[in-house]
Amino acid sequence: MLGIIRQKVGAGGASLLRTRSAVSALRSYSSAGKEMTVRDALNSALDEEMSADPKVFLMGEEVGEYQGAYKISKGLLEKYGPERVLDTPITEAGFTGIGVGAAYHGLRPVVEFMTFNFSMQAIDHIINSAAKSNYMSAGQISVPIVFRGPNGAAAGVGAQHSHCYASWYASCPGLKVLTPYSSEDARGLLKAAIRDPDPVVFLENELLYGESFPISAEVLDSSFCLPIGKAKIEREGKDVTITAFSKMVGYALKAAEILAKEGISAEVINLRTIRPLDRSTINASVRKTNRLITVEEGFPQHGVGAEICTSVVEESFGYLDAPVERITGADVPMPYAANLERLAVPQVEDIVRAAKRACYRSVPLAAAA
Amino acid sequence: MALAHVASSTSRSNLLRPISAIISPNLRRQLSTDDTRTLTIETSVPFTSHQCESPSRSVDTTPSELLSFFRDMATMRRMEIAADSLYKAKLIRGFCHLYDGQEAVAVGMESAITKKDSIITAYRDHCTFLGRGGTLLQVFSELMGRIDGCSKGKGGSMHFYKKDSGFYGGHGIVGAQVPLGCGLAFAQKYKKDGTVTFALYGDGAANQGQLFEALNISALWDLPAILVCENNHYGMGTAEWRAAKSPAYYKRGDYVPGLKVDGMDALAVKQACKFAKEHALKNGPIILEMDTYRYHGHSMSDPGSTYRTRDEISGVRQERDPIERVRKLILSHDLATEKELKDTEKEVRKLVDDAIAQAKESPMPEPHELFSNVYAKGYGVEAFGADRKEVRAVLP
Repeated sequence: MLGIIRQKVGAGGASLLRTRSAVSALRSYSSAGKEMTVRDALNSALDEEMSADPKVFLMGEEVGEYQGAYKISKGLLEKYGPERVLDTPITEAGFTGIGVGAAYHGLRPVVEFMTFNFSMQAIDHIINSAAKSNYMSAGQISVPIVFRGPNGAAAGVGAQHSHCYASWYASCPGLKVLTPYSSEDARGLLKAAIRDPDPVVFLENELLYGESFPISAEVLDSSFCLPIGKAKIEREGKDVTITAFSKMVGYALKAAEILAKEGISAEVINLRTIRPLDRSTINASVRKTNRLITVEEGFPQHGVGAEICTSVVEESFGYLDAPVERITGADVPMPYAANLERLAVPQVEDIVRAAKRACYRSVPLAAAA
Repeated sequence: MALAHVASSTSRSNLLRPISAIISPNLRRQLSTDDTRTLTIETSVPFTSHQCESPSRSVDTTPSELLSFFRDMATMRRMEIAADSLYKAKLIRGFCHLYDGQEAVAVGMESAITKKDSIITAYRDHCTFLGRGGTLLQVFSELMGRIDGCSKGKGGSMHFYKKDSGFYGGHGIVGAQVPLGCGLAFAQKYKKDGTVTFALYGDGAANQGQLFEALNISALWDLPAILVCENNHYGMGTAEWRAAKSPAYYKRGDYVPGLKVDGMDALAVKQACKFAKEHALKNGPIILEMDTYRYHGHSMSDPGSTYRTRDEISGVRQERDPIERVRKLILSHDLATEKELKDTEKEVRKLVDDAIAQAKESPMPEPHELFSNVYAKGYGVEAFGADRKEVRAVLP
């Protein structure tokens, strides 16, 4: 569906500190020169963290000899051996419990789910064995584990393989939930997740694995790390705020381009972390623009957008000039037929339309029953 | 509660120090002269094995070990009965799953292993925690939700932990502790510790799928995991024959060897655990089925008599009580007099009462503790109370 798309990163290259002024995408492109796919970004992050800390190990289905179902763990078995890169049987409840137990004892497991749909078989261990242990034990048992894998819709894989779990995991205290978009995000957030002493749910996106992003020397350094709980302003704007995470960041940026041609300046926020949510960045942006569109691929009810909307209503009600709009996946199990699938996930034009509505530029069509 | 330490050949948990310090003079005299001589005692029931050799029925022990078995089990028994009263007095809330009857498993296991080995169990964990070196004060404070509790009042009855002596809880989800225990064993092997993990579960949990998933992986990867089925014959109100097509839990590992053990005999438990530890370090996982019994119902909200007869309960108490068995051994080998043992029980009772009195004085946690330990590292994020405009906290 998407293939490999050249990404124009709007505001400056890969600045952790956001001190660089906005440089045009083309200029940063040619001066940085280097590009990296999300796949390579994840692979290099895993490699570097395993090299730096002998307690880090990787387990999951096909992560070893198969080189990873999506080749994220390519080369790691050869480099670190079968004691640190472990192929598991297809038994998520069992191997996730084993991973959490290893974390109790002080190791730093990275547990891969081939997709997060299969994490439901192990969700008791993620929630009850991992997330809550530090609290229930009053700090005796911390759980430095990372659960990672592709999340959400892919292409044509149907209802059971397309569910987004961002809001599921983000509702649980004790977990941290990260959603990288670009290669810089993938590297920096995965490194942060592995170094973090708490259980982290790391939601990747299958369709982003093959996408290339420009990447700076700073990001390539093995000490590079991004802060957990801090969103990134991907594109500055003044008329409407668009929040997004994972693949939808790309869509939001495209929508921002289209809106710019129509005289609407959109500020695009890449959430990067869903829990803890960066409420202050979101609210600061809405106080500036006075309008908010939340974008996500997952189901609408009790979704990420619902939480963001509520946060803004609670903190910045007086600043809103229009109702908050949310663009989400359709409220149906994911269909297979290509035309229906297209209707089941947000498209760029949906984001554009919502932004215009928030700017009172068009009248929304009444929903047919 | 730091008191004098009486030197002996066997390793003792912290639990024993207070009791041994106030032991009667006669007993102490006897201890200092003979306590290290070996006694060899036959288990009353032989071991039954699956896919492995049985260990010998002749178990080596010493007078001081037998006396410490008696002391420890008497303390555990008294503690659980006191907890029953506290629950009825509404000082303990929620769930309270009592272990009285099963003490031999906790005590026999400890005598075969070290604090570097790990134990993980389900929610019937008070005595297991005590065996790992927890104190009575920590138990009663935690049960009553006070800050001197082992989990500072945040966990409750089902969530006791003592990581510094290899006790990893205390788990409320039936069966979850088994894969976790196999994970502990994975870490021990990864670190090349030379230690093992005992993952305890009940006959009710024995049918859980995740148990077999974890066992499969443990066998594939040769993990030093010992799965211990504390078969008290009832999964809550359901008798084992109504829940398991095959209640021969020691055989359920199929390709994994197993041993059936008289769980009411502390010496048999000790022998089995010693055997299992050696096996696990060389050959990977093994299952121990402890044939044991709980006198109380499943929890304090279960009278325990609607699905089993009072005759059955009193019958087990008559014939197989673990403390009585050790008492008879001690008396028949002249290791102590009846009066000395009764005095020990009186001392234990007093220690338990004192711990309860002290626990009642322990304060409840401060309100700000609502927000502590959510994360090990909170990055200063905000957390909210019921009314988020009213109650907010920063997670350090």
